[in-house]
Formats: sequence, structure tokens, C-alpha cells
Amino acid sequence: MTPRMTLNHLNFEITDNNQPKQLLSDLNLTINPGEFVVLLGANGAGKSTFFNTIAGDLTPTSGQLLFNDHDITQQSAQQRTRLISRVYQDPKLGTAADMTVAENILLAMRRGQHRRIFPRRLKQQLPTIKMLAKTLPNHLDQQLNRPVSTLSGGQRQTLNFLMATVQKTELLLLDEHTSALDAVSSQALMTFTNQTIRDHHLTCLMITHDLKDALHYGDRLLVLKAGELIADLNTSEKQSLTIDALFNYLN
Amino acid sequence: MNLIISTIDQGLLWSLLSLGVFITFRILKFPDMTVEGSFPLGAALSALMLQQHNIAFSLFVAFIGGCLAGLVTAILYNYFHVQSLLAGILTLTGLYSVNLRILGQVNMAIGDQHNLYQLPLLHLLTLDQRLLVINLAIILVALLLLAGLLYTEFGQSLIAAGDNPTMALSQGIAVKRTKTIGIVLSNGFIALAGGLVAQYNGFADVNMGIGVMVIGLSAIIIGERLLIGKHFVAKLISIILGSVVYRLILLLVLQLGFNANDFKLFSAVILAIFIITPQQKKGLITK
Repeated sequence: MTPRMTLNHLNFEITDNNQPKQLLSDLNLTINPGEFVVLLGANGAGKSTFFNTIAGDLTPTSGQLLFNDHDITQQSAQQRTRLISRVYQDPKLGTAADMTVAENILLAMRRGQHRRIFPRRLKQQLPTIKMLAKTLPNHLDQQLNRPVSTLSGGQRQTLNFLMATVQKTELLLLDEHTSALDAVSSQALMTFTNQTIRDHHLTCLMITHDLKDALHYGDRLLVLKAGELIADLNTSEKQSLTIDALFNYLN
Repeated sequence: MNLIISTIDQGLLWSLLSLGVFITFRILKFPDMTVEGSFPLGAALSALMLQQHNIAFSLFVAFIGGCLAGLVTAILYNYFHVQSLLAGILTLTGLYSVNLRILGQVNMAIGDQHNLYQLPLLHLLTLDQRLLVINLAIILVALLLLAGLLYTEFGQSLIAAGDNPTMALSQGIAVKRTKTIGIVLSNGFIALAGGLVAQYNGFADVNMGIGVMVIGLSAIIIGERLLIGKHFVAKLISIILGSVVYRLILLLVLQLGFNANDFKLFSAVILAIFIITPQQKKGLITK
């Protein structure tokens, strides 16, 4: 099987107070199609740098990033949107506040496509948009004409998730996407996330701070510490772990 | 009555400037100072072109000139990472010399024979009515073009790029390119407004850009207070109404016997009042 994503000796270095600082150190990793991988790490472990490097917001100092065996290390973030979608931690980052729910979904339906001077055809697409919104847990299908700025954080993040998954990209990046929500909204979105990933066999890499979620969800668990991958556990290894043991890993 | 018709007429004419400013200030959330250079650039180009070419060509050249001015600002901002305000100020400063070069002097008169507003059209109407019809037709065409553009796939990406560049980029929208096109179009509209105002007034002046930013913003802010609907077409119509209301307020101020030399001071005061009032009201309610 061709791996979906391969990292070969990936490094990312910055200069801090005239001293080189290694944020990602010699990362080697293979993710296969359909895998749901959870990434755990304390603050400052390099998780966001890792995601930004995969998404193309940062270019690695050295190493290689392969996607379906093609080298995409030098591709821009915009070029990678055809392959990679992302849900950010902050619900405000993934949606256009002044546009309506339906307009946001329509934008996501044309992810990665060239935006031409053709009518946007919102009316024609409304049945599809409504059908997509109906799959969401918080009745967004009845609020398609509402500006996104008037939605709650939970509704907005659910919309973000839908927008990131509507096109079924090759890799879904979830950047602590439930951490800014209250406990009820967070659990509802996490359950919906898991169900969507399983139903559509999505390949997913999810950052979480929640140790319970890290053990409960996903097929694999990676632990990042000071820019290095210190653990790569498969499902059975994960199942044998306790929260306390995982806590010790992080410390 | 004629004074009111003439004021409404001017409000319609100047609303083209406000529509241009709306693209950068409200859609792209980009405070573009280029407007004070691209407006007189359009006037200067239009006046110069009218000496040897027809009216349509003169306005076309004015539009293209404005687009190029916008392109300079957009490149400074998007590709050389110059701050938005500074990028606009750099372009407008440079444009002063460019405009002087085009005009060859501080101002240039436009003859009656080569002037959109002196065309032997609609002879049954009085001069004021004729000007009103011409300006109404121009602004309707501009409104349809802009509204049409905003409801295209590209227009939606323009709105998204201004609203949330991170989201737009993550949806595969070429944010820099899209913003560049928006700034270019905005200045094209503004320069076209400059060309039309020059023909309306019968002259182009190198200093006619001073204060046009306030005029453009006033129409937008008054329009937002009058907002007749939440869709973009409604917002655009509100701006045109805002421009007319702004002119009527200025007329009222001048009718009250204030000095015409204080015109720009009143413009700034009117804008300040419309900006402050709702915030003040909100503050009083929440206190």
C-alpha cells in the first residue's frame, strides 16, 4: 500500500536570540490511508509547528514531505489545500464571519478550485448544502441564512468541521478543534468527528490535549516532546495504557 | 428645487467614488489611502485624453490608470509586506508628481464640446435634469456591475479573503492575488469617478484628491446607518443613498450661512458625528 503521507528526516529550525533552536528534530513518520492518528504533546512540544509544516504554512529547514509518494515539500499552502484540510483550535479562524452559513459551505464545496467570474449558483446548490448541514448535530440546516458571526462557538466549530470534510481531502488535520468549546459541545463535536472519520474512512491527524480523548479515539497515538517523536503506539499498545501512564510519557 | 436636484445629482456622481472605497475599506478591510491619488489621476487622464480622443476612451484610460495605481499599492502591500496605510501613502505621494506631469500644470480646463455632460442628449430636459439622468444611468451600471461581480465565484472569494484571510487560504483561495485584484478594481472605480467629476466640473485639478477619502467614507458610514437590507446589493444601494444624504446635509449646512471655505471641516465633522453617534448610544445603554 502506498503511504498517504511520509516524513523523511524532517527538521524545522529557527533562530532565537542569535541561537539556533530546533522546533522539529529529525521526524520520520508514515501514515497510511484511512488511519486516524492522534498526536499528543505538552505546550511547546512543537505540535502546531508540525501541523503548520504539513499544511505548508512553514517550509521545513531540511527533510522531505511525501504525499502519496510525491514530494510536496516545496508546495505552497494554497496548492496543498487540494490534498489537506484543517480545522483550527479557534472557531473564528475557519469561517468567514460576515458571510452566511450557506455561503461558507458553498465556499468549502469549491475548495481548491479556481474561482472564476461565473455566478456562484447558491440557489441551485441549496438542496445539497441543506443536506450536508442536516448531518450536523446542532440544527445548522435551519440557520443557513444566518451570518456566521451570530453562531455560538460550538456551532461555528461544527461548521468548520463540515467545511473541512465536505470535499473529503486526502488528509484531515484537526488542531485541538474541541478545546475551545464547553464540555457538552466538545463531546458532541468529538463524537461527530469520530463518526464522520469512520464512516468516510478519512485519513486524519488530530492534536489533542485531552488524555481521555487521546486514549479513546484513533488507531494510533503519537507523542511529541521538544520537537521529537518519542512514542508511536498502535491500537493494542494504546489500549493497554492508562491515563497515568500516558501522563508520565508527557512528563 | 433646482438646488436640491443638483445636490442629489452630485450625490449620485460621487457615490461611484464611495463604491470604490467600499471595495477596499469594507470588503477587503484594507484602509487604502491610494484613493486621494487615484481620484485626481483619473481626472487628469480624462482631461488629457479628451484633448484628442472621445469621451468613452478618456474614461477608459482614467479607469486603467486607477487600476495601475491600485496595482502599485497592492504589490507593495502583498508582495513587499509594506503596511497597508504606508503602501497607500507611498503611492499617493508618488501620484502627485505623476498627476502634475499629466496635466503639465496645476489644472486643466475641459472644453464643452468634449464632455459627457454636454452631449446633445435628452434635449427635452433641463440641464439639471439631464445631469441627473446621466449620473443615475452611470451609477446604475456601476451598481449592477459591482453587485454582479460580488455574486460570482470570484466575488465570494473576494469577500472571504477580506473577511478571514486564514479561512480563505485554507479553502484554496489565492488570497494575495484576490486582494490585489480587489485593490486594483477599487482604484479603477475611484479614478473613473475622478474622470467623471472632472468632466462634470469642466476641469481637472492636481489637488482635487484632498479630502475625497472622507467623502467616500462618509457615504459608506451614513449608508450603513440607513441600511435597507443585509444583502450586498442592499448595502451598495445604501451607500448610494448615503452619498446623496451626505450631500444634502452639506447643502443644509451651507444654506445655514456657513462659509464655503469651511466645507472640508464640515465634511470631517459630519463623518465624525455619524461614526461616534451609534457608539455613544451603545455606551450609554451599556453603562
